[in-house]
Amino acid sequence: MAEFIAQQPLLAALLALAGLGLPFGALLGYAAVRFRTEGNPIVDQINGILPQTQCGQCGYPGCRPYAEAIAAGEAEINQCPPGGEAGIQALADLLDVEPLPLDAEHGEESERKVAYIREDECIGCTKCVQACPVDAILGAAKQMHTVIASECTGCDLCVEPCPVDCIDMLPAATGLGAWHWELPQLASRNVEIIATDANPKQAAA
Amino acid sequence: MRKLFDFHGGIHPPENKHQSLSEPIRPAGIPRELVLPLSQHTGAAAAPVVRPGEQVLKGQLLAAASSLVSAPVHAPTSGTVSAIEERPVPHPSGLSAPCIVLECDGEDRWVELPAPPADYRELEIPALLERIRDAGIAGMGGAGFPTAVKLTSGTHHHIDTLIINGPECEPYITADDSLMRERAADILEGVAVLRHILRPREVLIGLEDNKPEAIEALRHAIGDQPVEVVVFPTKYPSGGEKQLIEILTGRQVPSGGLPADIGIVCQNVGTAVAVRDAVVHGRPLISRITTVTGEAVARPGNFEVLLGTPMHYLLEQAGWDPTRSGRLVMGGPMMGFTVPHPEAPVIKTSNCLLVPTEKELPSPPPAQACIRCGLCAEACPASLLPQQLFWFARGKESEKLEQHNLFDCIECGACAWVCPSHIPLVQYYRAAKADIIQQRRDHEKAEHSRLRFEARQARLEREEAEREAKRAARKQAAEKRAQAAAAEGGEDPIQAAIARAQAKKAAQQQAPEASPEEKAAAARQAAQAKLAKMQKRLADARAAGEEDKIVTALEASVKKLEEKLASLEEPTA
Repeated sequence: MAEFIAQQPLLAALLALAGLGLPFGALLGYAAVRFRTEGNPIVDQINGILPQTQCGQCGYPGCRPYAEAIAAGEAEINQCPPGGEAGIQALADLLDVEPLPLDAEHGEESERKVAYIREDECIGCTKCVQACPVDAILGAAKQMHTVIASECTGCDLCVEPCPVDCIDMLPAATGLGAWHWELPQLASRNVEIIATDANPKQAAA
Repeated sequence: MRKLFDFHGGIHPPENKHQSLSEPIRPAGIPRELVLPLSQHTGAAAAPVVRPGEQVLKGQLLAAASSLVSAPVHAPTSGTVSAIEERPVPHPSGLSAPCIVLECDGEDRWVELPAPPADYRELEIPALLERIRDAGIAGMGGAGFPTAVKLTSGTHHHIDTLIINGPECEPYITADDSLMRERAADILEGVAVLRHILRPREVLIGLEDNKPEAIEALRHAIGDQPVEVVVFPTKYPSGGEKQLIEILTGRQVPSGGLPADIGIVCQNVGTAVAVRDAVVHGRPLISRITTVTGEAVARPGNFEVLLGTPMHYLLEQAGWDPTRSGRLVMGGPMMGFTVPHPEAPVIKTSNCLLVPTEKELPSPPPAQACIRCGLCAEACPASLLPQQLFWFARGKESEKLEQHNLFDCIECGACAWVCPSHIPLVQYYRAAKADIIQQRRDHEKAEHSRLRFEARQARLEREEAEREAKRAARKQAAEKRAQAAAAEGGEDPIQAAIARAQAKKAAQQQAPEASPEEKAAAARQAAQAKLAKMQKRLADARAAGEEDKIVTALEASVKKLEEKLASLEEPTA
């Protein structure tokens, strides 16, 4: 054995490498089959961050297709107005890219809304029922329809098909339930602790 | 002597308790109107069971618990329900919430209460818990968590220690102190009920050493009961549930856990009295002891107040001078909040109304920059890093806030009290908590929407597939029929149908080629048929002796048809 190595160093090295390569290759090949992941996990992670309003404002027919487009590098991360700045930041963190400002072409970030059907005016055409991506509208032909507020994502898709314009988008929650403490205003800006604080430009920096 | 422990941090603010202890508990009386918010507790709001205009008696159920974590509301006196509407409630937002408004008749007549058991010890534990739930008892220390829920979770664990919370560590407040001084026997009766429900190994009543009268009264009332009064040095916030547990047992409640997880249940002394009223006397929770204090009242003291009493009414009982008071605070100076509307009512959790003068409790000076002195970390009773939390809250770094255990913060205000830069730290934490809770809710909602969306997609696909399958089945069946018909030697039904359709079409195409003579002949024939029919009807009418009017009308019709027929025949003639 030692003789063979001494006499044919090149051949010995090739044999040794092949000897290592084949079992490991076989092992990797087996692992690729055995531990195969179904679907694309990054798409699921992106989809988990998206707000699932299914509104289509991003230009894709739902949140998942948009997530797929982002994962494939076909779409920017700033096309989702309901997700807003926070959503863009989360996507940027996940994908390790620079956060971008929200693309105004796709709409503006607004408070969460909920659809409300003015029931006196509803003619029972079921067009909104078919448009709702999350089945949040209840009703049958020639019967009054109504929105299940807790299921509504505020996507706006039911407003357009309504032939009598009886759907309003109202702010989702008001009153005591929606109230919460706000971060305190930075009053320190009014106090000149050191000389530079008097300069609002530098204070803001 | 029992071994005492200490908790990390804590502060010693001026106590200011003597002002409200000069007089015994006074009844506040019955105001003209009571305002009872449907949500006076942690959890879901109660659902009204009365209607405006209805007469109610003292102790009658006004609103029922609407879910598992909820508490009913009862009428504190007799009167008429005048409205169920939005009224200002004691809440830091100053917003309004649904309330039952009760116009008092001053007669204070009791409803017929369910007879209390001769001996509650003979009742099953679930029945006792049911009584406590139906009495609408929510933690009277300030958090307002429904007591029955807390006790129920206690019965699911093995409880070795029941702690009765009596330190009342916050400055100014003396409601529990006066209750212990004057109604120690009632407290002990309540403790006996709690003991019966939870069956703990030991029962401890924790008190600070600044309440010698209360300690004396409790020791006297205990007699030979297996209850121990434990006295420890005064330090704020020793009345915090987790802090009190650490002082008395040396054990810490795990982060995010409940005292029941380590075999401990904590109840406030006021809650013990409410439990006693509910179980021993069958009375629901309709009043509480509230401290009214501050330099803007002439006669500070403790009042037994009906729930729903407007705050200004209660303040007037203590000689309130609105011109002197800077603001109205519900709770103490550390954890309380400013109530913008003095017409807001006293609720189950209102342990104190504080009306300080501007000099007594000045508005906080403007916050300055954090100098990283670290005093807040030394003062924090939850061993948190307030300074780090402050930076993270400002940067809205939710993940780091959670890593630094923001949710273990009890919002006691010790950090803000020691802060030399007057930074409103607690407000930062409250805002950050609200923000994180909102994020969690949004995430849950998104997850829910995703599931619904996917379910809908699946449904649409399934329906499409079903339609497709039906179509295929119909096609197959038709083919089969055709084959069967062909095999029997008859004609193919599909071919036959096509042939019929073609024939019909051809006939239609030929029809317009008819000559004018043929058309005229057809018209004549139709007119003759009509005339014959009409003549027959005329004959029938005459035979049956119908009214003249009908007969004349038919005669006219016949004449008209005859004329038409004549005009049709003319051109050919």
